[in-house]
Amino acid sequence: MEAVTRIGPLTEDDRRLIEKLEKEAGTDINLCYQCGKCSAGCPVSFAMDYTPRQVIRLLQLGLIDEALGAESIWICATCETCSERCPRGVDIASLMDTLRREALRRGKVADKKVALFNKAFLNTVKKYGRSYEAGILLYHNLSTRQFFKDAELGLPMMKRGKASPFPEKIKGRDEMAKIFARALEAGRE
Amino acid sequence: MKLAYYPGCSLDGSAVEYGLSTERVARILGVELKEIDDWNCCGATAGHNTDKLLSLALPARNLALAEKEGLDVLAPCAACYNRFKATEHAVREDAGLKARIEYIIDMSYSASNNTISVLEWIKRLGIDNLKAKVTNSLKGMKAACYYGCLLVRPSSHTGFDDPENPQSMDEIIKALGAETVDWAYKTECCGAALATSRPEIGGKMIYEILQNVKEAGAECIVTACPLCMMNLDMRQGQVEKRFSQGFNIPVYYVTELVAVACGDDPKTVGIHKHFVEAVSYLKGLPAKAKAMEEEEAKAKPAAKTKRAEGEKPSDNSEDIQKKIDAILKGLEKNPEKVVSKLIEDGEKVNILADVIKNDEKKRVKLAEVMAQDKEKAIKVAEALIVGEMKKREKSSN
Ligand code: SF4
Ligand code: SF4
Repeated sequence: MEAVTRIGPLTEDDRRLIEKLEKEAGTDINLCYQCGKCSAGCPVSFAMDYTPRQVIRLLQLGLIDEALGAESIWICATCETCSERCPRGVDIASLMDTLRREALRRGKVADKKVALFNKAFLNTVKKYGRSYEAGILLYHNLSTRQFFKDAELGLPMMKRGKASPFPEKIKGRDEMAKIFARALEAGRE
Repeated sequence: MKLAYYPGCSLDGSAVEYGLSTERVARILGVELKEIDDWNCCGATAGHNTDKLLSLALPARNLALAEKEGLDVLAPCAACYNRFKATEHAVREDAGLKARIEYIIDMSYSASNNTISVLEWIKRLGIDNLKAKVTNSLKGMKAACYYGCLLVRPSSHTGFDDPENPQSMDEIIKALGAETVDWAYKTECCGAALATSRPEIGGKMIYEILQNVKEAGAECIVTACPLCMMNLDMRQGQVEKRFSQGFNIPVYYVTELVAVACGDDPKTVGIHKHFVEAVSYLKGLPAKAKAMEEEEAKAKPAAKTKRAEGEKPSDNSEDIQKKIDAILKGLEKNPEKVVSKLIEDGEKVNILADVIKNDEKKRVKLAEVMAQDKEKAIKVAEALIVGEMKKREKSSN
């Protein structure tokens, strides 16, 4: 990891973007006084390039591209430990969520596998109204070219009646299509 | 009690046992579950990772369908539960979001109903009530109750148990006759989907939980989350291989154990479908219990009667109910005075008094814990204050 620093105030553009992200996340990054309690309790900080505290620091310094490109935001498991414990009431988990969505909007995703999985998952929901574990796993493994990963689990799951070979479908599938379309439309406003 | 029931996709798939046993528990405890008609997937992690509005609209359609019938919603899957709570919260706190969500789902929805988890549900029906239904005590079982993340966090949404040291599942499992251990990882994250997307990270998280269970001397794990079950049960073999260590720890859904303790055969609720063989541990319990009883009888014949006497007052549920009613009255009449028994700081006292004045549920909850456990009541009081302060901070921004 390269060391990143910044001296001087934020630009107008940076400020506007940060305000937008804060609003979406429903939290205020300037409340953070960098105590590190979030990172100490984060169960995956051992694998992160920037710890949760550092991600917030990047944003405070206006180093938004760094934050959006961090692998950390895709490693975060949304366990909410950080938000629960922050003595300043910063909702870090929600911020991580917002950063993932912003990275996605800009096509700047550090972990393509997770994004692909999410896409496959939501496509199934859009089409059938239900998710479909077996189908998604298969699709995911094909599209990330990990043909045999977890194959050792697929068959035993089927045998136990824990994965059906076909997806469930709901009746209100046209409602689903509408919800997806309208969410997209309302999000643009 | 009648509840709308949201099984969620997992209970039709990898967590069939959870669905079967939840339905059995409802039968046993006399609750009518009405499955939400034509329910849809909550969107799960993929939803909130991708689009905020979509991640709220997908749960909202289900919640609105239940609201139409005036029903609270039981959501056994911890991940669905978390998404439902987040949606309720957003709709209650943000009128602009509410309007957009209603437009997207094309239904009115004002979150007048509540989603509850399996733990809250069984607790609400009464631990004593549950005890009275136990026919096959689980005495001899040593269990680590694993709450994971989403049942207790964020506490501003869930609010029914302590986010750092929750007790509800322990109380339920103890009521079934089993012993539960204190351990450090009860609310640690299992890694959720990381076990699939980043196995090198997810595997280590699972390993550490299993390791801590062993160290704490537990012989099995109890969970209320399909994702935790998948990681701890289905992937236990993978983890054993990778870390060259045998665990062989059976994992149960809390509802499976309730059903079995109330007389069901383990196969009825699908325990034979687990990856780590879990039926024989249950079958071995009666012999263990017998050995324990013989030990106890030998060791202290006199102590037994003493303890029975000592337990009387705290076991009497009528007394507790009276106490709760009295505290509740006090909280209604003079909240500041009553809560100042828990909190010293004058400003905090006022905040808490405000919260319970305006929220009957929180008032009742506080009275209930105050009647039974002051230490815990202080924690609950503090959590309510922190929640309210966060809320005020947000609305002033
Ligand atoms: S716990 Fe809160 S205040 Fe402390 S570093 Fe993390 S975000 Fe900042
Ligand atoms: S929500 Fe994400 S960043 Fe926060 S503690 Fe959990 S994994 Fe770490």
